[in-house]
Parts: sequence; C-alpha cells; structure tokens
Amino acid sequence: MSELELAGQVIELVRRLGGPAAQAETVVTRADLALTRFANSAIHQNVAESTVGVRLRVHVDGRTAAGSGSVVTTEGLRALVERTLAAARLCPPDPGWPGLAPPTPAPAAPPVDEATAFAEPDQRADRVGAFVAAAGGLTTAGYCRTAHRSSAFANSAGHTAYGRSAEAAMDGIARRDGADGVARRCVDRLSDLDGAELGAHAAAKAQAAADPVELPPGRYEVVFEPAAVADLLQNLSWFGFNGKRYAERQSFAEPGAAQFDRQVTLVDDPLGASGLPFDAEGTGRRAVTLVEAGITRAVAHDRRTAAEAGAESTGHAIAGGATWGPMARNLRLSPAVAGPASAVGRSTTGAAAGAVVDTDTAALVAGVRRGLLVTDLWYTRVLDPKSLVVTGLTRNGVWLIEDGTVVRAVRDLRFTESYPRALGPGAVLGLGSRAVRQPDRVDGAWWAAPSVRLASWHFTGGASG
Amino acid sequence: MTEFDAAAAAVQAALDAGARYADARVMHRRYESMTARNGDVEELTQDESIGLGVRALVGASWGFHAVPDLSDAAARDAGRRATRTAMASARVPGPPVDLVAVEAVAASWASGCQIDPLGVPLSDKGDLLVGATRTMAEHGADLAEGLYQIWDTAKWFVSSEGHRIDQRIRECGGGISATSIGDGETQRRSWPSYRGQYGTTGWELVESLDLAAHAAQIAEESRALLTAPPCPAGETDLILGGEQLALQIHESVGHAIELDRILGWEAAFAGTSWLDLAQLGSLRYGSELMNITIDPTIPGALGSFGFDDEGSPAVKRDAVRDGRWVGVLAGRDSAAMAGLDYGGSVRADGWARLPMVRMTNVGLEPGPHTLEEIIAATDDGVLMDLNRSWSIDDKRLNFQFGCEVGWEIKKGRRGRMLRNPTYTGIGPLFWRSMDMLSGETVPWGTPNCGKGQPGQIGHTGHPAAPARFRNVRVGVSA
Repeated sequence: MSELELAGQVIELVRRLGGPAAQAETVVTRADLALTRFANSAIHQNVAESTVGVRLRVHVDGRTAAGSGSVVTTEGLRALVERTLAAARLCPPDPGWPGLAPPTPAPAAPPVDEATAFAEPDQRADRVGAFVAAAGGLTTAGYCRTAHRSSAFANSAGHTAYGRSAEAAMDGIARRDGADGVARRCVDRLSDLDGAELGAHAAAKAQAAADPVELPPGRYEVVFEPAAVADLLQNLSWFGFNGKRYAERQSFAEPGAAQFDRQVTLVDDPLGASGLPFDAEGTGRRAVTLVEAGITRAVAHDRRTAAEAGAESTGHAIAGGATWGPMARNLRLSPAVAGPASAVGRSTTGAAAGAVVDTDTAALVAGVRRGLLVTDLWYTRVLDPKSLVVTGLTRNGVWLIEDGTVVRAVRDLRFTESYPRALGPGAVLGLGSRAVRQPDRVDGAWWAAPSVRLASWHFTGGASG
Repeated sequence: MTEFDAAAAAVQAALDAGARYADARVMHRRYESMTARNGDVEELTQDESIGLGVRALVGASWGFHAVPDLSDAAARDAGRRATRTAMASARVPGPPVDLVAVEAVAASWASGCQIDPLGVPLSDKGDLLVGATRTMAEHGADLAEGLYQIWDTAKWFVSSEGHRIDQRIRECGGGISATSIGDGETQRRSWPSYRGQYGTTGWELVESLDLAAHAAQIAEESRALLTAPPCPAGETDLILGGEQLALQIHESVGHAIELDRILGWEAAFAGTSWLDLAQLGSLRYGSELMNITIDPTIPGALGSFGFDDEGSPAVKRDAVRDGRWVGVLAGRDSAAMAGLDYGGSVRADGWARLPMVRMTNVGLEPGPHTLEEIIAATDDGVLMDLNRSWSIDDKRLNFQFGCEVGWEIKKGRRGRMLRNPTYTGIGPLFWRSMDMLSGETVPWGTPNCGKGQPGQIGHTGHPAAPARFRNVRVGVSA
C-alpha cells in the first residue's frame, strides 16, 4: 500500500471511530537511511534502516493529542487511531488549536536522484576508501550517508500531498599529531560526492594545523569558514527565527528592524535542494526571507504560532512543534554578488600552507591585519536565548592571520559571544562569493554559507583554561 | 512467531550469509509525553514503535540493518542485509575484531515499578502540570512550563553465542520551569531541574517531586533574578549543587572514560578523550575524595538495566578510586581491542540503532560532609545550582557551564542571589581541587545524552551530591 493510501486509511479510521466532527492530520513516511562510518582509517560502523512511520494529530471536542506508530497493518493503524482519540478525549481543552491546513496544491520539489535514494553499501564504502587514500597516510574518521524519504500527508479537511527527497553527505577529518582538518559536504546526488577531493582537503588542513601555539583570550577579528558559519545559522534559526520563541518574547528578532549588517541576507530555502514539499501540517514549503540586507523580515511560523501572531504559516511545522516551535532548517546566508577581491597565492606561508583551501577564504584572509581563521565551531550552547549569547569552542583548525597572511596554527579557543551582535550593523567585513552546503546531523536539514569575515569575536578562554 | 523467534531468524540468516557472529534485538517501546505552558496543556504525544535490528560480524567488519517488521521473511532479510553491509565494510578494513567472553544466558529482567506510569489517568497527569504552571504564572513567571515523559520498553536479545534475554524497563520523570523576561535577557528557575528528574521507576518518582509545592518559589526566584547582581568575574571557591555536579560528572568524567572515544572511534564527531589507556590504574584524575563508580545495578537510577544490549550482565565497577583512574565504559569489541576483560556498557537507542558504548550510572560515592557544613566552612565563594548551559571540548578537558542561580557565600553564610553564574576550567585540574563533598547523594537522571551517527539519545544516571572546588574561574560573560 502506498504512503498516500495509508494516510487516507488513517483519516478514514479517524472519521469512523471519532465521528464526523473529529479533525485529523497524518503524515506517513517510508525512509531508507544508511550511514557508513569510519575511524582510524577503517570502516567500523556501517548501518542501514528501512523504516515506516505514521504520525497522527487529532482534535476532538476542543482537545488535541498526537501519536505515532511503526505498525502499518490494518490492526496497527486502528490501534494508533484509537489510542490517539482516547488520549485527546482525556486531555484538557486546547484553546490555541489553529485548525487544519486547507486543500492547496503542494509546490513542485526538485527531482529525486534514484541512484542516491537506493545507494548500495559498496558505493558508500568506496567513497570512504577514496577519502582515506587521499589523506596521504594521515589517520582519518567520518561518515558517508545516503537518505531517502517518501512521504504522504492527508487531513480531514480534504488536503493531501505527496513528496520524496534524497540526499547524500560526507563529513570527515584527517588527523596529524592530534591536529585535525575537516571536509564536509551535503549534496542531492551521491555521484557529486568526491571522497578523494574531500580527503585531500581535510589532509591539507590537518597538515597546516600541526604544532599549534596558544594565544591569549580576547577579542579578535575572524574569518569563519562555511562549517563555522553553519553553527551561527543553526542557532539563529532555533532561538531567533522561531515563531514560538518570538511569541514568548524569548527571541531577539524584531521584524522591520535593522538588526544585522547590511551584507547579511538569510533565506530559508527548503526546495532549493531535494526536500519534501510540505511541512508536518501539510502547508506547502517555500523560500522565506528572514533577513534582507540586514533588516529582519520574518520569523518561521507553523499554524499555531501564525494564529497567535495574526500571520500565515510559513510552512515550518515540525513534529513536536507545539513544544519546540517551528524551525527553519534549510537556511542560506547569501554570498556576496561579486565576492571579495581575489588574493590567491598570498594567504599562507610556511608550515601553515594548506590552511586556506579556497579562493573565497583566501581573499577574506588577505584583508585581515591581525585575526584568526576559524574552520569549525563545536559544542555551542546558549547562555541566554534572548540575547543569544552562546559559548562553544573552535575545532578542526584555527590559524593566526597577520598582515593578510596565515602565519601559524593556533590551539583551540573557547568563546562566549552574542551571535546577533557579532553579525550586527557594521560587524561583517566581508563575505565569500560561494555558499557551501553543510549537512545537519539529520537528513533533510542543511545550512549553506560562504566564508565570512567578522570585525570581532570574543574568545574567553584558551586550551589551558 | 514470537519476538525471540524473529530475533533468532535474523541471527541465523546473518550466519547463513557468512557472518561469524550475529546478534539481534527486537524492541517494543511506548513513549508518552505531555507539556504544559501557563496553565494549559501544550502538547500530548503517545508514540509506539516496534522493530528489529541485527548486527553481523564478517571477518573484522561489522554491518547492521533494521526493519519495522517482525515477520520471518523480514527478519531473515534483515539478517542477510546486515551481513552484506559488513562485507561492504571490509572494503576499508580495520584491525582484527575479537569479543571478550560473556556467558550466554537465558534470562529475564524488569525494572522496579510501583505505579505504572502509563496507567495513571491522563487527566490526573494533565491536572498536575496545568496546576503547577498556573501557579508559576500567578507568581510572576512570564513563561511557566511543565512536562513529564514516560518510556516503557520491552526488548528481546538473541546472539549466535546462545543468549536469549528479555527485559522490560519502565522510565519516567518530569519537572517544571519558570522563566521571567527582562530587557534583553531571560532568567529561569526550575524544579527539580530543567526538563526534570528521571529514573527507571514508576509514577511514584513524579509524585515524590511534589512539583506543585515548588511552583510559587521558583517563579518568584526567576523574577528576582532579573534584578539580582551579576556573578562577579574572577577566581573563587565554588560550591556546586548536586544537580549541576551530576552534569559535571556526565560531561567531564562519563564521556571521557568511554572506551570507544579513547580508541578514536568517535574522533570525527563526539570526539576523543584526554585519557591514555597506558595510564589506566595510575593517572590521578582528582582529589582523594573522588570515587566514581560505573553501576547499572542501582535500583531506580536512570542508567540501570539487567543486561546491556550485548547480553553482558549489569556489574558495578570502579571508574575512579581515591582520585585515581581505574576503569572505563566498554563494549565487548572495544574491551578486547584495549586488552581489557570486561564490557557491559553498550546500549542502543531503539531497534533501529546500532548498540554502542554508553554511560550507565556514573556517579560519585557519598562524601563525609553536608551542604550546610560546606557553606559554613567557606569564607568567600559562590554556590551555583541547576544547569542552564553546558559546553566541553572534544577531548573532554575544557568546559564551561552556566547555572540558573548563584548565591554569594561570605564568612560561612549564604548571601545574595547572583544572576548569570558561569564557571570554567580544565577537567582534571578541577577535580583535583575538590576538597569537600557532601553525602546528600541523589541519583540524577539525564534522558538526553546525544552520541553517535546516526544520532542516538541515551538515558544515563549520575549519583551526585554538593561539593566544593577551590580557586575556580567564575563569571565568564560575552
């Protein structure tokens, strides 16, 4: 039975068991997820799952409950419907119920690459093998993954939708004497992942990261590579452009205000790559500009937060969204149109050669009199959600820049910084011309950004405390 | 076809396809959670998931496959696929894999449970959260939140060595939080901790938390924090409450002693460890007050079980004794690779996930003092309690924690409340500075430990009590 047929069966069961007034929405998803993981330059974990899941939300007699199940037999679906209806009837009233999405055509989504959707373990293993071989004898670790989802939505208002998505990602490090270099990429087609290219990239960074020195904490100008910028985007999304946190006054976001530097434009673009064309409530997904030339334009909404704000859903509903709020999970920081002036060939020297692996970053580094080149951020946690003060550490390579040249590797540093403040008016000194798509920890979410040069970043501790 | 039959079919199919070892877990998990906000139920979710995961070892290479179907055909297909995946792993092979010996047993185990948490009427559970959040809102909280979570997991384990083990583990817990919002910042107070306290128990745990009785106080404290003086920056004596110390143990000891991290198996993601196996038995981790055990046998603690997900029985071990590092969290293959003779700390987050090294209950044995004695003995310091933020580097050395609340300690007395308290340090230096430890131990439960790719959420326990640390850097801010 297809996902659409299963979804229709669930809605029919709700109608039969809950009565004609019962409102219901359901999402049925079949997924083929596989991840080949390597460490110490060998594949040590290699997993695959073929799963099916049904998520159901019902609203009866003014009360709401949700449930999910993995059994899609007639009996299994019936049990899911019965227990979810029973739960709703025992719940206190839900005065914020926003109603169901009306029937509307789902937007067109990018085509799915079948070879990626049903990739074999040998294909992932071969990319891992290429990464390992290209690292030139350095110890390597990471993963290659493929993901395919086939998903249908139906609700009792007569709305149905169907879509598929597929993606591939690779994320690996090369290690030299405890110094790591990383390469990370998310694509729609497994064939676009070049393990050898990524392995060579990681190895070059690791070689350049050797023999780091410790620098004193303080404020430094920085050039962040796309992996580091991805962390900024993720935290801005979860804590700032989240319609629930905005309604609760826990977000910094003020639509209409110039909260960011003029060079900052943030667009959530779920169909800019392979993705499902609807959200958990069946609302069509589309590109939403959250920040335009430094001015905050919008926050992400699902139907509940939109109703509270007197707005329309932006298609960002997620399972569990009543608690966590709607999330933008495909955020792109728009690159500079022209990009910074090229500075190839003058951005590294001596042992740090290899720290800069692309022309965008090289050009940004060339403009820095004294600062740090940061590849990646790690274990970032929010101290206060409203000011979005975050602490975390650098990872996978930090280098000192002097007079436009990377001069040597630096040991990891801890920072404590307000993300909106660091990207505020006048704080962005340059952007690269190419956004690089970085995978999230789960498929379907990604963060795309160019390298970014920031005027100041507050490092509050060094490797020794 | 029973769950054992399905698991056995998967194992046999993996062997028939060429595996030299295989094991399979059937899991049936029911999950229920409810959240409430400002006097209304916000969300009620009930999930149920059933499936099978099979792991196959071919030569030195592992493969794993999971399906949501317990039919004989699906189980056998999963077994074959796991073996095929293991053969693909052999294209980038590693060193030989051995498994430390574990007696193959047929056994059953269940966690203790006085009140079935899924049997408590939803209306009662809703009334509890609605009432507590309403009280917080009435006492000044801008955002009054409450939640409970319940997991009821049955699992059946079969290995090609002859294991047949079934277990039923019921876990639950809950908590409340009050947030007050000021100009440009928020302040939060929680009870008994943010997102709650959890254990392998029945609903009696949630009843014992008495959420309603603490609602008014935490709401008033969250509002008072908005105008409290900030935690001063500098070095001082730091007293940590038990809940914060539990997370300190989790992050700077529990993860550091995971053998897979020490061996580099998590290098690209969760990270490695500053610990070197060559120093096992001799390294000074902390002061002599530091006695950390790995103990999955503690009744009611969140990391307790009868057998881990490789069939190893629950056994109490020392991790740190009198300040010296003496033990690790291990699995059968990682232990063999490290030349150790014990595993016992491998678990999977559901049937679709590969079992991996996870914390069980990793906690401090009680000390000789009380919190009041520690405060009385402190001339100048800060007391911090209830975690608000946590961050630690990929070797588990450099950490920074933020707490919900601080109190000034002057001349042996608790003084003013302090807002935005943070502290930072380096793991072993911090632990070596611990000079007073309370005996008021609570087995704190952490139900959100992330690790692995694909991601897995682990449930861990951490017995902890208030303690004092000397000359700690506090008051880090943006």
